[in-house]
Amino acid sequence: MSNWLPQSAAGKRWLGLAPSYFVIGIFMLVPMIIMAVFSFLEPNPYGGVKPVGSLAAYVKLFFEYDLEDNLVFNPGYINIIFRSFQLSFGATLLCLVFGFPVAYYITLQPENRRNFYIYLVTIPFWTNLLIRTFAWIIILGRGGVIETPLLAAGIIDDSLRMMYTDGAIAIGLTYSYLPLMVLPIYASLEKLDFRLLEAASDLYANRLEVMTKVVIPLCKPGIIAGCILVFIPCLGAFIAPNLLGGGKKLMLGSLVQFQFASARNWPFGAALSMLLLSAVVIMLIFYARAAKKRAAMEGD
Amino acid sequence: MIEQTQKASSPRARKKMLPVGHYRGLGGWTVFFFVFLYLPIVVLIFYSFNANRMVMNWGGFGFDWYLKAFQNEDIQKAVWNSLIVATIATIFATAIATIGALVLARGGNFRGKTISLGLITLPLMVPEIVTAVAVLIFFSAIGLKLGLGNVIIAHITFCIPFAFMPIRARLEGMDTSLEQAARDLYASEWETFRYITVPLLMPGIVAGAMLSFVISMDDFIITLMVGGAGSTTLPVYIYSMIRRGLTPEINAVSTLLLLVSIAIVTAYWVVSRKSEADTVH
Repeated sequence: MSNWLPQSAAGKRWLGLAPSYFVIGIFMLVPMIIMAVFSFLEPNPYGGVKPVGSLAAYVKLFFEYDLEDNLVFNPGYINIIFRSFQLSFGATLLCLVFGFPVAYYITLQPENRRNFYIYLVTIPFWTNLLIRTFAWIIILGRGGVIETPLLAAGIIDDSLRMMYTDGAIAIGLTYSYLPLMVLPIYASLEKLDFRLLEAASDLYANRLEVMTKVVIPLCKPGIIAGCILVFIPCLGAFIAPNLLGGGKKLMLGSLVQFQFASARNWPFGAALSMLLLSAVVIMLIFYARAAKKRAAMEGD
Repeated sequence: MIEQTQKASSPRARKKMLPVGHYRGLGGWTVFFFVFLYLPIVVLIFYSFNANRMVMNWGGFGFDWYLKAFQNEDIQKAVWNSLIVATIATIFATAIATIGALVLARGGNFRGKTISLGLITLPLMVPEIVTAVAVLIFFSAIGLKLGLGNVIIAHITFCIPFAFMPIRARLEGMDTSLEQAARDLYASEWETFRYITVPLLMPGIVAGAMLSFVISMDDFIITLMVGGAGSTTLPVYIYSMIRRGLTPEINAVSTLLLLVSIAIVTAYWVVSRKSEADTVH
């Protein structure tokens, strides 16, 4: 065990980590704490906050004031939040169904070809999401790539009206985060010992059983990781609902942005962000516990 | 006769031959998957050569919109801003990530290691819109108005984990025997670091810098929220173009940005494969 850093030099260690702590601490952690505080303040009508404590932002999630100043239940925001979860869940499921067989197919390939396939999967992920979503407007839109040939062939005689629907948002989300599903599944499939499949087959498991009782249980960590990696950005998505949902079909992410750009209700925007953040934290805790449990089981 | 029976039975024979773990239709499914993944990119590039004023009405092949995009001063300004932000953010993020990775990969096990790792990868786990909101609120609370400076600070923050990952991976795959040999031959700690560690680590640092650059160039939401007037980057400008109306000019600019990203990621891929190939084990 030799290091260029002497083991004893704890000071040096912290000196090396100090810049990371400084930047991420000051410009990410502290802002999130301030955001939490802001969600409990009163809004300033021109943006920003008044230094007055208030639960109004959280009350606004469920209730509104009617003409006579009575609090009445308002399902509007709850519906948007519910829709966000629904669409994110749908997109995650689509990614899984679409991505799993591909990850599996890549695992079956010889090694050099596998790397090339992974390169092809990652390329879209590194290109601009806004641009790739914009391309879907050209594909799905009125007079777009799908409609034009169908109209010309006389198969349809009116626009299919695919844009500005939940379906368009779901396609956009699936497309945006598909690589995030394939990569972790591939990573866990790659470690799979294929002799286990043959052993199962020798013990009279049929093809379906080999898949459902051997392959899928063994790559469950990859599947769970993929689902979380897709679900989290879907929930906070802004681009797909904005471009493909036309800004009318709001999701949580676009609702947050709206509070800062147009509605100028910062505390409400902060409260919505807190909601989003807690959903993510709950999922990550769930994931960490599952991973710990698995590690403990493997240790036995 | 014999030939005929063989022909007739051969498809069935092949069906039986399909090895364990292989499934019918996987290849076709994968082809469909890649068509889905690349269709939008191909469509985007194809329509950038549309001579018509409307994106979706094909008006013949032409480079008109590329010319128009090149002459557009707002686009030039946005490209310039994007390059400034991405370059500065990459330099800082890569430097910070490199020393952080050295400590975390070589510092042995120490108290706070897991927390440090968690902190460095925090920007990857928090949804982008939440980061954007938090940073926006923070800058307004402390009254920081540096224009492009605000955007650069935000970019440095979320680029750190992207620079960190390949550097740490490289460090973990690196053999320490060369460094030990240098120390045995009376090289000082600094000399060992400068002449042995840094050159060996270089492919990781280059890879990390490339990823930071691409991530910074492509960022949209955080820049949209944090940047004020005058600090418009290219993706933010493209967004405003989309809102104004769909002309092939958007496709032309987008195609150029797309090709830059693909070129950098391809270079990253080549570098990291080479680095994998010549890692000493």
